[in-house]
Order: sequence, then structure tokens, then C-alpha cells
Amino acid sequence: MDVLTLARIQFGATVAFHYLYPPLSIGLGILLVVMEAAWLKTKNPIYHQMARFWTRVFALTFAIGVATGIVMEFEFGTNWATYSRFVGDVFGSALAAEGIFAFFLESGFLAVLLFGWDKVSRKVHFFSTCMVCLGAHFSAVWIVVANSWMQTPAGYHLVVHNGVERAEITNFWQLVFNPSSMDRLFHVLCGAWQTGAFLVVSVSAWYLLKKRHLDFARASLRVGLTIGLIASLLQLVSGDSSAREVAKYQPAKLAAFEGLYNTTSNAPLTLVGYVDEQDQKVVGLQWPGMLSWLVSFDTKTTVTGLDAFPPQDRPPVEASFLFFHGMVGIGFAMIAIAALGFLYFRHGSLHERRGLLWILVFSVLGPQLANQLGWFAAEVGRQPWIVYGLMRTPEGLSAVVKANVILTSLILFTVVYFLLFAVFIYLLNDKIQHGPDEQDLVPSGKLALPTELTHHEKP
Amino acid sequence: MNFDLNTVWFILVGVLFTGYAMLDGFDLGIGALHLCTKDDTERRTLINAIGPVWDGNEVWLVTGGGALFAAFPNVYATVFSGFYLALVLLLVSLIFRAVAIEFRSKQPMRWWRQMWDIGFSIGSLLSGLLLGVALGNIAWGVPISVNGEFAGTFLGLLTPYPLLVGVTTAALFMMHGAIYGVMKTEGALHDKLRVWAMRCIIFFVICAVTLTMATLLYVPHMAARVHEQPWLFSIALVNMLAIANIPREFHHRRDWLAFLSSCAAMITLMMLFGLNMYPNLVYSLPDPGNSLTIYNASSSPKTLGVMLIIACIGVPLVIAYTVCIYWIFRGKVKLDRMSY
Repeated sequence: MDVLTLARIQFGATVAFHYLYPPLSIGLGILLVVMEAAWLKTKNPIYHQMARFWTRVFALTFAIGVATGIVMEFEFGTNWATYSRFVGDVFGSALAAEGIFAFFLESGFLAVLLFGWDKVSRKVHFFSTCMVCLGAHFSAVWIVVANSWMQTPAGYHLVVHNGVERAEITNFWQLVFNPSSMDRLFHVLCGAWQTGAFLVVSVSAWYLLKKRHLDFARASLRVGLTIGLIASLLQLVSGDSSAREVAKYQPAKLAAFEGLYNTTSNAPLTLVGYVDEQDQKVVGLQWPGMLSWLVSFDTKTTVTGLDAFPPQDRPPVEASFLFFHGMVGIGFAMIAIAALGFLYFRHGSLHERRGLLWILVFSVLGPQLANQLGWFAAEVGRQPWIVYGLMRTPEGLSAVVKANVILTSLILFTVVYFLLFAVFIYLLNDKIQHGPDEQDLVPSGKLALPTELTHHEKP
Repeated sequence: MNFDLNTVWFILVGVLFTGYAMLDGFDLGIGALHLCTKDDTERRTLINAIGPVWDGNEVWLVTGGGALFAAFPNVYATVFSGFYLALVLLLVSLIFRAVAIEFRSKQPMRWWRQMWDIGFSIGSLLSGLLLGVALGNIAWGVPISVNGEFAGTFLGLLTPYPLLVGVTTAALFMMHGAIYGVMKTEGALHDKLRVWAMRCIIFFVICAVTLTMATLLYVPHMAARVHEQPWLFSIALVNMLAIANIPREFHHRRDWLAFLSSCAAMITLMMLFGLNMYPNLVYSLPDPGNSLTIYNASSSPKTLGVMLIIACIGVPLVIAYTVCIYWIFRGKVKLDRMSY
């Protein structure tokens, strides 16, 4: 294989594996904040037990997230050196800001979150949990800003530096708030919240099925299903607004997502189907006019098709279409699952519905798969550009790196990541089988103090 | 020396990497010494001595890399693509170091713990060594083509001088880690670490003296600025005094001061490195005219300015809560049920 293919496989594989973990950190972060807040407010020890159990799961995902994340930062330089020279001025700034504002915050307060239970007061611990969660969200902000700049560049100009053209910042805030960054950030965060919430839902549903840790499972389900349902509904809003943004700023991508070859008004939305690239058409169930309507609430709107772009500027249609529709399909399924689970939980009969409980157990895979497919769609849909409209992907490669070198490192990373994944699943399963700790129903150390103090304060 | 934005960023990137050496240096040192004890409780104590802080310490490297990317993208691109395999090895080492800490304690089986102990220790040792080799190559000089690309090979990076810098860095980290370990432990392990620390100090001093001689004899450009401006020799003097002070304070059981002296030695070493490199970031050999400097490799003044504002907001915050967190976890390590 050539350097380009290998470099793309390597980046795709390492980032796909990495991205199993950050959404869990972000999503579980929110859930931990909610659980600890509930504990502080209600003093119900079940929330303390929940916070402790899910903190242990959080620690496991965080460690792998950090270890695989540093690879990503290095890969821009190792495999995509020409790209790095071209965008360093802009993209590098967002990455450095991520380090300063997000990673330090997250990893610093993580120490208190994991090891500080007996060393600090409840309020300090709660504050630390909030800071870890905030840090995880900040890291999403900066990395999505950086990636969105590659999708919809703004706030820059092209300058020749040492005889080579490159992008330089003209307006930092235009860079940060480039046309797609906020829509995409919201979309990524909703996906992350779903990922965290459905992990909690899945494990709790499994406890209900096995009739274990019932109080813990019910309390976790309440938090998980609530956040899962809210995030799934918000995701619908976010997806809708993201699609309009793509239509406006990356029309070739939207055309590929929908397999729309001809520019047309009354453009149809495909519900299920596939793209016949030979005959340049979509085969499947279509809803006429719906795509036009979604783009601007009017079926008469003209939607740009792939025919508006020369063949060398079109993204791979079939792949973009499948990734995108897979993501959307899962998105709707998650709403249905969350809503059903939530309704039966409120009704009090969820524990009798074993079929639904089994669906909830497997629901953890939905957001993970949708996250992956969504990113595949976003990145494949941007092709053939590495920076939309400015630099083509093959132009971004390192000039001095040979194919056999990339292949060696690709094999090495693949072996190491398979090992990490196997160990992760093994340890996660072990934690789930072990379940919450009964000891955690009784807070110890300084955490026990505030309750006693409030007792004393009462006249 | 013009005190312009490029120079400020030269210093700031140096500060970030020095911060990394002072902080993660002791984590890597503890890791390198990890296999010296066979007892499970002692190994756990060592891991828990760095348990709450290693993660934040590693962020100094991540942020240093990010700052290099943003401020001097050409250096980032040339070095990272040029040192490809060495960096991949560094990444795999850092991965094993990181996950071993988290995974090791999760199962009680002997083989399981043995496996992660080895991963943790080799990963830590190799990380220090490889970082040193990279630094050594940058000091010695690497082949750079006219268009600023790396023109050497992977094996070409493994020459005696960079390897000597690598071994010295590993020795420095082991000494730093052993002293940190002495501060964080008590009882039998504390006494054992005291012996190791002394050995590490001796080993490091031998390496440091050899490296100084080798630099003066074979790498004259790395002593040129001090040669031209003799008042800068004071930094070399402080460096020597700091190193000499480590065994002195350690002998008097003022471990905290020994640790600070070790930090001072790192700071002055990096200052000497920076002063002699300036304004080069990567020295080109055989043609110094192709060297990457803080001017031909930098981002635009606008970006350097924006980044400086970001650093001025971010760095004080980082230092403030880093201090708080070290304060919360001060004192000797006590194993409890949250420990690794």
C-alpha cells in the first residue's frame, strides 16, 4: 500500500480507538456531577455509593483515553508534517489551548476525584468532580474548534512564509467561532452525554435482570435514563441544525450524505437505501421534498447536488451515505429506547419487561457506534480535502516518511490497542460483576463530617 | 538577543519542557526503579507515591508539544516526521507506563501484576532514555535539507553523543525519582530507597561529568555562547553547585532540599541548553545554514501574541491548582482501599 493509504488508515484507526474513551469521560463526568449533587442535597447514601462505583469506571476509561490521546497529538507531526506546517499557526493554537485550559484542569482535579474521598470535605470533592467534568468539556471545545476549522476555515489568511504558503490567524475569535464549530460542538457533546448515560443504563438494566443491587440499579437508572433521554432529544435538535450548517458551508458533503447527484428543488430525503454509484442514483425508500424542507423549511428550495462539483472534488459517496444514515438511524433508535425505558421506569413496571431490559443492556453500543459513524461521515465527507477547499489530503503528508515505516508503526499500534481493548473489557466486566461496594453506603473520612456538623448545628 | 515574541516563546516552550522534566521526571524515575523491590506492598507504595499526580505531570509534555506545534510549527513538523520511529517507541512506552498504573492493582494474580510491573518499569525507563536521545540529537545537530526537512535516518539518530544524553537523562530522572520516593515513604522501603538514591546520585554525577567533557570536546557550538559571554559561566557554576548540593543535603537527611537541588540542576541544565541553542531550535549538521531557528520556523507574530495571552491566563491557573493538589496529597503514602 502507498504512504497515503497507510497514513490514513493509521490516523483513522488510532483516532477511532481513542474516541471510544473521551465521550465516556465527558458523559460519565456529567453523571458523576449529578450523582454527587444528589448526594449532597438528599444525603441519601445510595448516591454516594453510585458516585464511588461510577468513579472507578471513570478512572479506567480516563487512563486509556489519556494514553491513546497523546498518540493523536504526535501523529499530526509524524504522518502529516506538511499539513502541520500549513495549519500550525491556526490549528496548533487550538491544540495548545486544549492543553492549557482543559487537560491540566481535568487531570489535576482527577487526583482529588479518585483519591481525595477521605482527604477533603464533601464540598471540595464535589468541586473537584465539577472541575474534572468541566475540563473534559473544555477539551471537547478546543478539539472540535480545531477540527471544525478544517471543515469550515475562518479567521485566517494565506501567506507565503519561507517560500511555502500557509494559513495564519487574522482573527482568533472568528477562528474559534467558525461557521461550523458551535453546531458540531453541541453535536459531539450530546453524543458524549448519550455515551455516558447509556453505559450507566446498560449496567443498571443488567443488574435488574439478574436481580442484583436493586436499589443501586434503580437509582442509577433514574439518573441514566433521564440524562439519556434529554441528550437523545437534544441530539435530534443538534443533528437538524448541523445538517443545515453542512448544507450551507459544505454542500458537497451534504450531497454525498444523501447521495444527491443532481442539483434539484424538492430534493428527497432517503429513509433507507443505498447508493448505486454506477448509475449515480439512490435505491431505497425516499421522502420527496423532505431534504429541501430540512435545509430551509421549504420544499421548493434548490439543494446543490454532486453535479455542481468536478469529479476530483467529490467525496466518496457510498461510504459517506452509509456512515451518515447509520448514525441518523441509531440516533432515532436511541430516542425510542430512552423514551420507552423512561416511561416504563416512571410507571414502575420496567423490571417486569425483560425484553426491554435486554434492549437497554445493549443500548450502550448505540451511542458508541453512532459516535464512530458520525465522525467517519464528517471526515470522509470532507474528502478530498484535509482542510476544506484549501489543502487536499495527499498534499498534507509528511515528505520524508516511507510506507514501511508507517506500516511498522501501524502494526505496533494495532497490536497494543487490541491488547488495551481486551484488558479494558476484561476489567470493566470485572467491575460490573463485582458491583457497587456495600462499604460505600457509609461515607468515611472527612466526607462523613458535614452530616455530623449539620446535626450539631440543629438546635 | 532581541527580546521579541519569538524569544518569549523560545523561553516558554523551554519552561514547559523543564516543568515536564521536574515533574514527570520523578514519575519516570520511580517507574525505572520499580522492579528493584520484589515485595508487592512496596511496589504498590511506589506506584501510589506518584498515583494522584503522574497524570497531571504528563500534561506538561502534551502542552509542551501543543505549544511547539502552535509557536514553531516547522520544528514540530520536521522533528516529529524525522524522528518517526523513535517517537512511536516513546508513545508506546508512555502508553504502557500510563495504563500499567491503572491496570496493575485491578487483579490480584501474580502473573498479572508481574506483567504490568514490567510494562510500567520498562515504559518509564525507555521514555526517559528516548526523550534524552531526542534532545541529544537536537543539540548535536541533525541533517536538515534546504527546504527544512529531516534528511537523516532512524539509525543515524542512535550515535554515541545522543545516546550519552539519553543515559544521562534516564540517570537524572532515576535520581530525581529516588529522592522523591524517599520523601514519600517510610520504614523499610524508605531505607532501601535511600541506598538506591545514593547509587543513582553517583551514577548521575558520572554521566553528567562525562557529558560535560564530551560536549566541550566534540560539540563546540553547544558551548559557544558561554565561551563568548563569560558571565554566563555563572549558570554553569550554579548548575555544578546544585548537583554537588544534592548528595550533601541528602546526606544530612534534608530530602526536601535535595529534591529542590535536583530541580535546580534540571533548570540550569535546560538554561545552558537553551542559551547555547538560541536562536536555533534544531541545529543542522553538516550545513548549519539550514538550521531551524525561532524566526524561520515560527508562527506569525499575531499568533504568537494570541498564544501569549492564552499562556498568561492559563499558566497561573495551572500553577495555582497544581500547588493545591500537591498540598492535598502531601506527606507519606498510606495505602487505603482507594489506592492502586
